[in-house]
Amino acid sequence: MERAIETRHRGLIGVQPAPPEAVVETAQRVRREAGFPVGWLIAPGVAWLILFLVVPLASIIVFSFWTSTGHGMTPDPTLRYYHEYFSSEGFFDPESKKFLEPGIFIRTLWSTFRFTLTVMFFCLLLGYPIAYFLAMQVHSFKWQMALFLLCMVPFWTSYLIRAVAWLPMLGRRGLLNDFLMSIGVIDKPSTVLLYSEFSYTMALVQLYVVLCVGPIFFSLAKIDKDILEAARDMGATSFQTFREIVAPLSLPGVAIGMIFIFVMIMGEFATAVVVYGGKTTTVGTVILNYYAVANYPFAAVNALMLMIAMMIGVVIILRIVDIRSQL
Amino acid sequence: MARWTAEKKKRAAVKTLFSSYYVLFLLFIYGPMFAMFILSFQGRRGGTSFPMRGASLYWWNKLLEPSSVGDMQGAMLRSIILALIVMVITALFSTMFAMAFRKRFFGSGALFYTIMTGIMVPGILLSLGLATLLKQLGISPAWWSTGLGVHVVWTLPFGFLVMMAVFNRFDSGLEEAARDMGASEWTVFTEVTLPLITPGIVAAGLFGFTLSYDEFARTTLLAGEYNTLPLDINASMTQRIRPTLFALGTASTLFSLLMIGLFLLVYTVLAKRTR
Repeated sequence: MERAIETRHRGLIGVQPAPPEAVVETAQRVRREAGFPVGWLIAPGVAWLILFLVVPLASIIVFSFWTSTGHGMTPDPTLRYYHEYFSSEGFFDPESKKFLEPGIFIRTLWSTFRFTLTVMFFCLLLGYPIAYFLAMQVHSFKWQMALFLLCMVPFWTSYLIRAVAWLPMLGRRGLLNDFLMSIGVIDKPSTVLLYSEFSYTMALVQLYVVLCVGPIFFSLAKIDKDILEAARDMGATSFQTFREIVAPLSLPGVAIGMIFIFVMIMGEFATAVVVYGGKTTTVGTVILNYYAVANYPFAAVNALMLMIAMMIGVVIILRIVDIRSQL
Repeated sequence: MARWTAEKKKRAAVKTLFSSYYVLFLLFIYGPMFAMFILSFQGRRGGTSFPMRGASLYWWNKLLEPSSVGDMQGAMLRSIILALIVMVITALFSTMFAMAFRKRFFGSGALFYTIMTGIMVPGILLSLGLATLLKQLGISPAWWSTGLGVHVVWTLPFGFLVMMAVFNRFDSGLEEAARDMGASEWTVFTEVTLPLITPGIVAAGLFGFTLSYDEFARTTLLAGEYNTLPLDINASMTQRIRPTLFALGTASTLFSLLMIGLFLLVYTVLAKRTR
């Protein structure tokens, strides 16, 4: 009791007793214990992520330097598969036609990338007006959410089945052919609608467009409507308002949506089989093929290059748009 | 005044334009599924495209009887069980992670990006990396072990983002009050925190369930001996396509829609109660 009376602070109001140590201790303990200990909260999840995310990715890097034995791998370090990946036959031969021409695998990666850009472009073209409509033209929050959810539902259903659903639409006797014939655009069923680049693009756009509607919608919905009102009062046309205010402010959402679509389509392989009849080669199908013939190191090299290409793509998108300022 | 009505008219026209585009858009993303739905009732002698040759439940019945190709019922059951486990783990981990992220801690930035990598990494890479590793170690993959592992990696970021958003709007004053009144940490959590964040947990679970139930790429090389439903569907693509596939697709889609509806219903009820 005596210690409690002992004075330490001399303030304007007078002499104040120092808080008893027991109180200080309790206060500290309470503060320290606010919330569960971080370590316990993250430990199970971190362990899971290490086991099923970090280790698989790390093993791809390691295995890309191992040697294939035809049915497995031995840990003899080699760069053979990288060499195989980058150079086509005759790469170093000035006489050869293929002198310094990148290998087939690089070209596959490049065509996958180019194709991905096409799909991204169409997704943006089709998805942006939807997000704009939901955010700017629908005024009741309830309706906004309902119409938005209606767009999002396909994201929660199987994309494999949605790819399959294109078959009766695009086939030789499919609905689209019937429609085109009935309006007289073509006089006999077209075969280029299914198992072609057209069907592949169309199916992928349909499958992934909802991924960019969400983020764009969210960034558009955050725009303060008063700014738009002010712009209009100052005599800006709708187009000016869009170009000067709405479009720049929606860029972070566009970037996030584009990153989503970019990473999903770069690794895409199942849809190619369903609506392209497996006629095309994407990096994904190459990886699977080499896995199937048990050339694991080469599959790993392909996977690694895909990963690097994707990282470069994501970094480029992030360089163009600073999304952190908007998160 | 005249200019005013002209402006109004123009705005109404723009709105009509956008609305009709929205309807077209819905037609684009739902149309093929409707065609598939109708064709699943194709007559016995009909094929996989229009026109319908009579209507029947022939292909739906085929779905139910044990068939020589594949094991659809088993695959569906496995997918549902897997999705339920993924749902629980996703809800649990994303809640725990989001609670940890309420404070700043060492390595939180790195952990955030690691969690997000789960969305970024294509499924085929995880499949390949883990499958080769298991081959090297002589362990065989299975849908309930390795399949479960990579599914959670995929669904966790979505659940985590949902829970982060929930805690962003969370009033920690309520917890402080409970603590000041001498409640233990566990009591604070079960009596104060948990009831308030339950709608969020349901939403995180929705992502866990639906994304796992439909996941194909990540399970490709990791399901082991028994197929999940998407793998089974993919396998049946290599044979001649029959309307049975459409019936299966329709059944699976209806099941997904049912689950989404259920989740949304539970979410709305819980959200109303906490408000």
